[in-house]
Amino acid sequence: MSSVPHIDIDHVAKLARLALTPAEKEDFSRQLGDVLRHIEQLRRVDVGAVEPTAHAFPVHNVWAADEPQDGLPVAAALRNAPAQRQNMVAVPKVVE
Amino acid sequence: MADAVCFQTIAVLADRLKAGELSAVELMQAVIARTRAVDPMVKAFNTCDEADALAQARASDARRAAGQARGLLDGIPVGLKDVIAVRDQPLTASSRMLADFISPYDATVTQRLKAAGAVLWGRLNLDEFAMGSSTENSAFGPTRNPWDLTRVPGGSSGGSAAALAAGAVTATLGSDTGGSIRQPAALCGVVGLKPSYGLVSRYGLVAYASSLDQIGPFARTVEDAAILLGAIAGHDPLDSTSFRTDIPDYRAVAGAAPRPWRIGIPKEYFGEGLDSEVAEAVQRAIAFYQSVGCEIHEVSLPHTSYCLDTYYIIATAEASSNLARYDGIRYGHRSRQADDIVGLYEKSRAEGFGAEVKRRIILGTYVLSSGYYDAYYLRAQKVRTLIRQDFLQAYGQVDALLTPTSPVPAFKLGEKSDPLAMYLCDIYTIGANLAGLPAISVPCGFTRAGLPVGLQLIGRPFQEADLLAIARSYEQAHDWHRRYPTIR
Amino acid sequence: MNYEAVIGLEVHVQIKTRSKMFSRVAAGYGHEPNTLTDPVVLALPGVLPVMNRAALDAAIKAGLMLGCEIAPVCKWDRKQYFYPDSPKNYQISQYDQPICLGGAVEIELPGPARNVMGEHRTIPLTRIHLEEDVGKLNHGAGESLIDFNRAGTPLMEIVSEPALRSAEEAFAYLTSLRALMVQGGISDCDMEKGQLRCDANISIRPVGERKLGTKVELKNLNSIAFVRDGIGHEIRRQIAVLERGGTIVQETRDYDGQTGASQSLRSKEMAHDYRYFPDPDLMPVKVDEAWKARLKAECPELPFDRQRRYQTQYQLPYTLTSVLIWDRPLAEFFEAAVAAAGPHKAQAVGNWIINDLLRELGQARIALAEVKVKPGAVAALVELVENGVVLTNAAKEIFVEMFATGDAPAAIAERRGLKVVPTDTDELEQWCRDAIAGNAKALAEFKAGKDSAINAFKGPVMKSAKGRADPKQVDATLRRLLADS
Ligand SMILES: [Mg+2]
Ligand SMILES: [Zn+2]
Repeated sequence: MSSVPHIDIDHVAKLARLALTPAEKEDFSRQLGDVLRHIEQLRRVDVGAVEPTAHAFPVHNVWAADEPQDGLPVAAALRNAPAQRQNMVAVPKVVE
Repeated sequence: MADAVCFQTIAVLADRLKAGELSAVELMQAVIARTRAVDPMVKAFNTCDEADALAQARASDARRAAGQARGLLDGIPVGLKDVIAVRDQPLTASSRMLADFISPYDATVTQRLKAAGAVLWGRLNLDEFAMGSSTENSAFGPTRNPWDLTRVPGGSSGGSAAALAAGAVTATLGSDTGGSIRQPAALCGVVGLKPSYGLVSRYGLVAYASSLDQIGPFARTVEDAAILLGAIAGHDPLDSTSFRTDIPDYRAVAGAAPRPWRIGIPKEYFGEGLDSEVAEAVQRAIAFYQSVGCEIHEVSLPHTSYCLDTYYIIATAEASSNLARYDGIRYGHRSRQADDIVGLYEKSRAEGFGAEVKRRIILGTYVLSSGYYDAYYLRAQKVRTLIRQDFLQAYGQVDALLTPTSPVPAFKLGEKSDPLAMYLCDIYTIGANLAGLPAISVPCGFTRAGLPVGLQLIGRPFQEADLLAIARSYEQAHDWHRRYPTIR
Repeated sequence: MNYEAVIGLEVHVQIKTRSKMFSRVAAGYGHEPNTLTDPVVLALPGVLPVMNRAALDAAIKAGLMLGCEIAPVCKWDRKQYFYPDSPKNYQISQYDQPICLGGAVEIELPGPARNVMGEHRTIPLTRIHLEEDVGKLNHGAGESLIDFNRAGTPLMEIVSEPALRSAEEAFAYLTSLRALMVQGGISDCDMEKGQLRCDANISIRPVGERKLGTKVELKNLNSIAFVRDGIGHEIRRQIAVLERGGTIVQETRDYDGQTGASQSLRSKEMAHDYRYFPDPDLMPVKVDEAWKARLKAECPELPFDRQRRYQTQYQLPYTLTSVLIWDRPLAEFFEAAVAAAGPHKAQAVGNWIINDLLRELGQARIALAEVKVKPGAVAALVELVENGVVLTNAAKEIFVEMFATGDAPAAIAERRGLKVVPTDTDELEQWCRDAIAGNAKALAEFKAGKDSAINAFKGPVMKSAKGRADPKQVDATLRRLLADS
């Protein structure tokens, strides 16, 4: 892959669950093309034997003991829900 | 009265509160008055809760009267970037998505500030979801630079920097993913510190890029930054990336007698794109360090030119994932135009997010999507390793690196409309995020047009004490921090 | 044409922890909606996950029981897809570095008869990884309601190789796997509560063909019987399609256990692109030898290993072992009773347990842990019978009372007068004399050489003895008196 791959903006927007207007699609495609062209220079770096950095200061086995603590009361849990019924969050019917 | 206390440092105000010359309520009233006077022009605050702040101040006075004052921060107004959760207060991330969101919980830093007796004051503006370098990307309108209202305060923590510079609060917290504390600190003429990754808990910080984000203080002086850092730093069991390390008395260490530090000047940070007035100011700072007996070494960080690309891949990939939760279901903006669940997602997110956020989500989604992971994200993580090694290697020779914070002083609103041009604002600050290093921006002069300039010092991992001491030795010999903007 | 099926199973097992996988709010089933949430479970802005150590212990233990290789280092990844029951719209899971690799499940296929052991096979596993459960959608008219109580519950996904060949094998696999998880204390595996859930990947190919056919994923197999029925149905469906000259479409199908029919889940046909990447909020896990050794010590003996041991150590018949091994508390009860009674009485002990104890447990509807009768008491009862102190029928009565009261069998026998009448008593001799005197016809026949005529006297003697007389003693006494008369 030496040149910037074609951006299937519709597919990416679908994956990201973003409804884009035709103008946004055009803008973003162009701007992302620019950014990706810029990013292409990373391919020049020899990373053959280099380990990836996932954490700046990696440690292992960061956990908590299995001791339950208080959670949120239902009212606080649903306080910001745009729609609710019977103490549950309501959404348009989800068809499997 | 107002200006007499509104531009004071934590250190001075703490003494006056302790001596009984000033009450926390009087201080808060002055801060409220100042905020009312200047914020209509600066627009640093998304919201502020005067009644709540005065109640906090009264509680502080009551503690002090009962002999139970909690230390230097008790009664001091501290503002929070609107990405740090405060229980029962709005948490908007300057996004339409969260315009109505009220947090049911406190961030760890919020709890620590409350425990220290600080008076939490205001929810401060930012680039939406901390994505930007100018605070123009806020859904609630841009914040202005107090030194020149036609210019940006920098970003993304522009509200935190501008509110402080404008005297509308005594100190603030921001968050820094690629320079979002240091760059606005430089552009607004205040001190801004990004701690080592893992020193300050991220629990309760609205995530932008999890492996890069850090909360840190904005303050008038290095000493104040040290005080605030001491209050918020330290291991948190709620953040798995929080680091276990001893927390020294940063204020005491930073105030110790200057030492002949070894300071590295990375040659890659003084090249093309650096404003000449910024360069001159930074050169004078280098000359200062030399004059007080510090060793100055030119060093090389050979992978510097890859920082920006590496950053944009890692940050956008993580952001695309972190922002998936904003779907209008459990909270946040829900579109009224949707009649099925997919439409609800797509339209709520389209209506709730601004252009820059969408752009970064799209880029991040793209670089993680099938077939591109190795070419982008994995490769960026490997280059990140090389960038980190550059820094760690340099620290064999030097105690800190000195660079400009921003290549340019505050620019005009609307001046950088091209995303790539805006991204270039962060070229000097991103390295410290990628390497997880502590870095501080300290005022180091003004341009002929009267705009502040900042210098950046980048320190060794978890050696914030040294970094603060090096910065403080500069600050004590200069009086840039005693200049205040006239807002008009 | 003859076809064979190729089946791989993905089994999700909820781990029995007190708190959730990545936050400390309580985990549980059957609570009021949205009462088991916290900011982390709801994915509020700013929250971060912290892993649950007990869930890691459980997964490692499961791996050790299944003979997996425990990864020295494993990490967490985000699996990204939007679904309303998934609060973050990504699931924290393990992609390329799961906690367990390889391993196998030993299964037993049905034998030719109930009392004959069937063929054993070993089904290799691909991997086991840890992840978190999602919330629950309740579908109503025009809207769906979300309860996040289940969201964040620790889950293990156990993935088999496509090595199963029939619905029966799948049934046997799940039976084994469930027993292991329950016996290891890892999960209660109650399928009605969703604690064990199974998806099956099924393809068919002509016998002898090596290439795999197009696979169909069957979902919502929410009981072990439905797994067997659903897979059987799907295999028949695929064969019918091919026989008609059609082709199998790669799809996900939903099996309805009530109607026995399956239907395609169309909306899931869109190709998934999960955009896995390492979760930057979580640190990797390193598992050292000491950790493994500690958990290894907690692993119970596997059911089939136990069965083999019972067969060699106690010569127990298959009918007994095949009941005992699937229930760890029952097997342990059995072993405790055998320890008290002695190994040569193992079969007698086993019979009491699988017949009388299980019957009483079933009638009382209680668990073994709650019963009053202790293993030592069962051993003592076997002892009383073997020593001729009580007769079998009386012992059955004693057991029922032992179960109800927890009293010692000897005390019950004493109290209820169920002990065998002591030998050589005058009483027994008198009953026998009375019986002989009362049946002149039988006496004459006996004298004439018809030995079986003696039986005619035994009934009246037993009647007089109210059944407590030892038949051998009665026989001997009658013969002595008849010889004298
Ligand atoms: Mg969801
Ligand atoms: Zn799974």
